[in-house]
Amino acid sequence: MSTSASRVSRAAEARVSRRSRRRLPAAWRSPLAVIGLVIAAVWFLAAILAPWIAPYDPLAQSLPRLTPPGEASIMGTDALGRDVFSRLLHGARVTIPLAGMLVACAMVLGTVIGAVAGYVGGWVDEVLGRLTDLFMAFPTVILAMVIAASLGPSLYNAVLAGIVVTWPMYARVTRSLVLSLRSQNYVIASRLLGYSPWRSLGTDILPNMLGPVLVLASLEVGTAILLLTGLSFLGLGAQPPTAEWGSMISGAMQNIDSWWLGVFPGLAILTVVMAFNFIGDSLRDVLDPLSSAERQGAGAAAPPASAQDEGADPVSALTSEISEQEAPR
Amino acid sequence: MNELLKVEDLVVRYGGMTAVDGMSMSIRAGEVLALVGESGCGKSSTARAVVGMERPAEGTVLFRGTAVPPLGLRRRRTEFTAIQMVFQDPNSSLNPRKRVGEQIADGVRAAQARGLNSARPDSWLEAVGLQPEMTTRYPHQFSGGQRQRIAIARALAAKPDLIVADEPISALDASSQASVAAMMRRLCLEAGAGMLFISHDLSVVRLMADRVMVMYRGSVVESGPTPLVWSEPVHPYTEALLGAIPHPDGRGVLPAAPAAEAPEEWASTLPEALSRQVETR
Amino acid sequence: MTTMLTLENLTVELGPKDARRQVVRGVSLNLQAGRIQGLAGESGSGKTVTAMAVLGLLPASARVTGSARLGEVDLTSLRPRELNRIRGRRVAMVFQDPSASLHPQITIGAQLTDHLRHHLGLKRKAAQRQAMELLARVKVPHPQEALSRFPHQFSGGQRQRIAIAIALACDPEVLLADEPTTALDVTVQAGILHLLRELVDERDLAVLLVTHDLGVMSAVADDVAVMRDGRVVESGTRAQMFTDPQHPYTRQLLEAMPDAQESEVL
Repeated sequence: MSTSASRVSRAAEARVSRRSRRRLPAAWRSPLAVIGLVIAAVWFLAAILAPWIAPYDPLAQSLPRLTPPGEASIMGTDALGRDVFSRLLHGARVTIPLAGMLVACAMVLGTVIGAVAGYVGGWVDEVLGRLTDLFMAFPTVILAMVIAASLGPSLYNAVLAGIVVTWPMYARVTRSLVLSLRSQNYVIASRLLGYSPWRSLGTDILPNMLGPVLVLASLEVGTAILLLTGLSFLGLGAQPPTAEWGSMISGAMQNIDSWWLGVFPGLAILTVVMAFNFIGDSLRDVLDPLSSAERQGAGAAAPPASAQDEGADPVSALTSEISEQEAPR
Repeated sequence: MNELLKVEDLVVRYGGMTAVDGMSMSIRAGEVLALVGESGCGKSSTARAVVGMERPAEGTVLFRGTAVPPLGLRRRRTEFTAIQMVFQDPNSSLNPRKRVGEQIADGVRAAQARGLNSARPDSWLEAVGLQPEMTTRYPHQFSGGQRQRIAIARALAAKPDLIVADEPISALDASSQASVAAMMRRLCLEAGAGMLFISHDLSVVRLMADRVMVMYRGSVVESGPTPLVWSEPVHPYTEALLGAIPHPDGRGVLPAAPAAEAPEEWASTLPEALSRQVETR
Repeated sequence: MTTMLTLENLTVELGPKDARRQVVRGVSLNLQAGRIQGLAGESGSGKTVTAMAVLGLLPASARVTGSARLGEVDLTSLRPRELNRIRGRRVAMVFQDPSASLHPQITIGAQLTDHLRHHLGLKRKAAQRQAMELLARVKVPHPQEALSRFPHQFSGGQRQRIAIAIALACDPEVLLADEPTTALDVTVQAGILHLLRELVDERDLAVLLVTHDLGVMSAVADDVAVMRDGRVVESGTRAQMFTDPQHPYTRQLLEAMPDAQESEVL
């Protein structure tokens, strides 16, 4: 009795796991995606739990100075006697949310500008296009430095500078996506049904271009972290005594012999940036309409509708993978 | 005469290229007019100008006596939602991220905005031969032919007076082409609407159009009642077009091929080929 | 009648390992010299995949069983390099979109002569002469000037003629034509069908003509096989298939043709 019950439940489990595995597109099962997700998750947890898991106050200058990694502090202490590990954990609280904010703001700003330019067209497109080009004509980092320096060194100004230099990318991508979607028949169909242009932009165009923009944004998180830590390293972002990775490395420059001062924040930046790049790449594989993985995933998720006369053909997806030749013009 | 659409001396240009070179036509309620011709003859550009997707370079497109405004940055005036279109490519006709029921409901709302009653989305699905409970599905869960039926349902749900159908069946499997065409004609006439049916396929047009206009290089070369044009073509291009259709009769007869690609006589104007009438004896 | 290509129990499975699907299920056909074997069916019936499998043009993940014998060789068992030697020389293919077999940035002349020199080892002069003869044969107007033009300078119909010229350059035994006229206007299609028929008669070609268009089938095919869901449901001579179809699916296909319908208008 009990054995048969357990067998049933095991079978059910197997079924569930098989189903969930099938739902999960292949891209999310790739090792890089898993590594990226795991690292990002670890850093998120570290950022959230920093006050509880950090052994010391990140600002307290209470330890012996410049002690190498050891039992008392696993990543050593800096020139002011602060615990590097604690500062690293608290640094995650600074950099990751700010990078996220930077990307979110730049994405919203760029998407709106690009969408308006692409949808309205004409002189509006011309003006916004020139504006975008103007910003893209400068080297990103140098422009960010100039802006951050002229606004005055602070983390928030660094984020602002980051937004100013990165929005044009989203504007460009969005504009070209809107241009191609604008002529889609369903957009025209809803306009013929009396949709206002803005409503059709909101319901027909934006939802259908969100995927590529989100991929871009997720790839940009890494770049944003690099930009923020870079500006902080140059003294244009986080100000002492804030625990921030870039300024930690900057501080390490004065004590170049104490390797642990630079290596650990450097590794922190490296792993986070890498993780977000892996995630962005996998996201692209999942959302890219051309990737066969997604098409097969979609095919598995959606059993073909019961055939009426022409019959939803299960093989058409596969044959079209090979060629688009079958369908008459 | 209940004239829905009147097109006069329409010219459509793309850059320096003239796609439609002075064509005129009119459609009455309860009538299916077919525009036939081969690729690049201007039939699709005409259709796009009729619904306002293209701005005419010259000439006028009047719907119930009022010029059809181009689809610009303004919301289309309610009265013009009585013009609906069915497109060739069923894959891009429906918003992939919206349930089909909601998309048909958009049509219903357009009808209500003009003070008309329209059936619920599920009965429209039934009207085009699909199951009413499919309203909650997304477009990718349907085959190409089914998607085209849904697009037709959405257009009809708006209770249009004029349906413009741009090659609506040519992307479908051969076995469903004739049935979808017949369905379109039936539903259109039941609703008392007029239809402008664009096609390159004369054998389908024969099934469903009351009148046919044959276009070649931007101009109408022959027009008249479909049976008459089908059985007794006058213009050499119409003859060539009809002669080139291979018939599935199993006799192994090669269709007549024109001696050269695009002979000059095809572009000639024959007054007797235009606006032909059945002679009453 | 000589049999040129024999498909026996050809089966193709496509898709990733955990979701394999049989797309072609045991297709057997004989292609005879000088005859056009039509393969009809709707989209998704497996007719294109059948042709692709013969040429080894399926993705690497595809599993092909059964055989496709060209004379003494089984094409399905060849390694890619051996297949490459046969493809283009003994078995050629024409696609729906002629652009698929034409390089957009190389002149027609260069493409044809390269092909001839590579496969037949002709000298430059001889290759050029033969290229011109080929273009003349497929009735491309002004073949001499055409040699120095690029594909985009031709109409769709002429591009398809050029693609046919390239396919026939090495005098293949078997030609696989996948919807060769589907993208063309009817008046242009008629010309291509005439050309195809002439070439088959004069060169004793064996042709597999894949098309969904039963009108085209009736015009040029000598034998017809109807596919559905990866299986051949009926096959026979053209006259049999069109005048006395046995399988209900074939009948259904024929009845759905606009030609078979009474006009609602009349």
